[in-house]
Amino acid sequence: MIGFLPLVLANLRRRPLRTGFTLGSIVVAFLMFAVLGAMTRAFSAGADLAGVDRLLVIHKVSLVQPLPESYGTRIRQIDGVDKVSSATWFGGVYQDDRNQIPTFPVDGAVYLDIYPEYVVPPEGRQRWLADKRGAIVGRPIAEEFGWKVGDTVPVRSNIWRRADGSDTWELNISALYDVPEAGGDPRNILMHYDYFEESRGRGKGLVSWYIVKVRDPAQAPRVAREIDAQFANSPYETETSTEKAFAQGFVNQIGNIGVIMQGVVTAVFFTMLLVTANTMAQSVRERTAELGVMKTLGFTGPVVTMLVLAESTLLTIVGAVFGMLGGYLAVEGSGSIVRAYLPVWTVTPESCLQALGLALALGLLAGAVPAWNALRLPIVQALRQA
Amino acid sequence: MDVTRQLRQARAVTAMNLRNLPARLGTAAVAIVGIGGVVAVLVSALSISEGFRAAMALSGREDVGIVLRGGSADELSSGLSLEAVKYVMDGPGIVEGVDGPLASPELYVIVDVPSRGSGTKANVPLRGVGPNAFSIRQAFQVVEGRPFERGLNEVIVGRGAASQFAGLDVGSVVRFGRTPWTVTGIFEDGGSVSESEIWTDATVLQGAYNRGTSFQSVRVRLPGERDMAGLEAHLKRDPRFNMTVRTERQFLESQSSILVTGVRTIGSLIAIVMGVGAVFAALNTMYAAVSARTREIATLRALGFGAAPVVASVLVEAMLLGLLGGTLGAVLAYAAFNGFRASTLNFQSFSQITFAFNVTPTIMLLGIGYAMILGLIGGLLPGLRAARQPVTQGLREL
Repeated sequence: MIGFLPLVLANLRRRPLRTGFTLGSIVVAFLMFAVLGAMTRAFSAGADLAGVDRLLVIHKVSLVQPLPESYGTRIRQIDGVDKVSSATWFGGVYQDDRNQIPTFPVDGAVYLDIYPEYVVPPEGRQRWLADKRGAIVGRPIAEEFGWKVGDTVPVRSNIWRRADGSDTWELNISALYDVPEAGGDPRNILMHYDYFEESRGRGKGLVSWYIVKVRDPAQAPRVAREIDAQFANSPYETETSTEKAFAQGFVNQIGNIGVIMQGVVTAVFFTMLLVTANTMAQSVRERTAELGVMKTLGFTGPVVTMLVLAESTLLTIVGAVFGMLGGYLAVEGSGSIVRAYLPVWTVTPESCLQALGLALALGLLAGAVPAWNALRLPIVQALRQA
Repeated sequence: MDVTRQLRQARAVTAMNLRNLPARLGTAAVAIVGIGGVVAVLVSALSISEGFRAAMALSGREDVGIVLRGGSADELSSGLSLEAVKYVMDGPGIVEGVDGPLASPELYVIVDVPSRGSGTKANVPLRGVGPNAFSIRQAFQVVEGRPFERGLNEVIVGRGAASQFAGLDVGSVVRFGRTPWTVTGIFEDGGSVSESEIWTDATVLQGAYNRGTSFQSVRVRLPGERDMAGLEAHLKRDPRFNMTVRTERQFLESQSSILVTGVRTIGSLIAIVMGVGAVFAALNTMYAAVSARTREIATLRALGFGAAPVVASVLVEAMLLGLLGGTLGAVLAYAAFNGFRASTLNFQSFSQITFAFNVTPTIMLLGIGYAMILGLIGGLLPGLRAARQPVTQGLREL
């Protein structure tokens, strides 16, 4: 089997330009496959990672409507609830309007307990909890703006104002945090709710949402129902869902646009594969006479068939490998910029496996017709075509 | 060799070559389909961003101003007290209507409405408007049902919102939170972003949402296009208020900038990368075409035809393939998507906008032009090879 490899390679080398260009289109097609796979995941991954033991309580009408601060205590009393923290949408801006940094006033210690994936060094955690004006900042953000632990940075809110009329909060950076899990979002600033609450001018006593950690994930649906029942028929009715369902709902809002883009591009990916297949079939067709000679020399039908298939599959697999490699480099190369908007931006091993499968299928498909012809080709007729 | 003779030769060789093209249709189809696919993607992506632009920026009026709290980039994060609103409405630089200045203090909240296609929740804007809102927006008209009655829990729904989100037909009752609202009509507003919204009386909305007497923005009719000087000076005069005015177009442009450039950039990047792939396909096709014509080209050269006309004939063929592919792709994209209504989340306003894919002639021409460039690049090297072939060797080839 391996002994035939030089023969296959020789066939690929006979028209180096054509082989090169065909390889080129396959590489491009798989490069697109890698990047689009990353894109698709980017739009759906948030949903996969969010924990099922965490519930999100928002105002029934919309996330934008606030909830009273007092709900925290009432939610904590519900059976099965482990921990509760509020979070408020602060709308942080640093220096320029373009530098938007999601900033959330939260109940510090509890929040970190609820989100164990936020990794904060222990001394940094203590420093934050001890400093009322302290904040913890995702490492990528700190790197982007050149912040260090101990710095004091002015963060402007485009929603809230302080009692003195200013819209800027001075925050001491207590620690940087990481989210080592792939797909986590380390681009936030967390500050203390108490500091925010006492210094804001209006809207006192209102928070944006609550995050609830339940003791037993199996109980989550019951707890969610009880929370909503607790506040039914009040001026602030709630809607509680698992974090996962909520994140999915948000992704769904991007909605049909993502689907449309994906549909168009998938169609084109397959067009390109067909184009490639056609070219390869053509190159085998041109060698009909040669196949006749080989059969005359004693190569059996199945061996000739295998040679043809090996040639086309080798081409697609080499193309796929380079394409996925290129896609990987493109995704990682653009990572620092793209991850600012789409935190999950990677080429996964699964998509590499899929690509390999696709390449194999494509190679066999493209070689199938010429290979079938080669198998059944009567020698006399083949030689006559020379 | 003088130029006219070269041109004459080029025309003769090209014409002969194109007459033979149908015989090579099999290989030609590869290039046509490849290029067509690329153009289809480019045109659809651009038509999406053009659709946003039509719904947002282009529909913004230059003679309508929007007053927000200073520093607020959007209506959602803005807030104006009744006092501030009154101060704005007393100011100069606003056109006077029959019953006072043409100004509408407005409230902007977001409600969850299930989308028609998937049934999943979408952030739909619910806008409370003042009595003069309709005379400020000149294109506004109720096309089905009747306007809402002031003081009642009644809403009218934009055409785009009614088509994309469920349960907003005339006569139906929707619940946002605890308040039931009756849909009394469907309105159009010249295809603008308002058509993605639900409208009601501002004072009713204040009550339903515990907003007291506060508003979020004031829309005003300006005396002329971009004529904001009078109002701007007035807003600056009183230090108690911190407010800015922009024309509606400026405001909507800033609201849609990320979405428009984002889609356009992604679409163009995809088209460029795919273009590289299509060029490879075109190169293969053209090399095959040249090698099929080896004898013919050698014969022509032997008869005294120059190298340039031969190159020209290959390039014209390649560009023709590009033209065919480009037209195919552009027409496909037009047939599949033009006017297709969709909605998406605009992060800048945190709400859904509905829009229609807009395949404009400019975009189609752009796509076809790109296709011809791809064809040209694909034809260049094969053309040069055709010209460089030694005549004697070419004649000997079968």
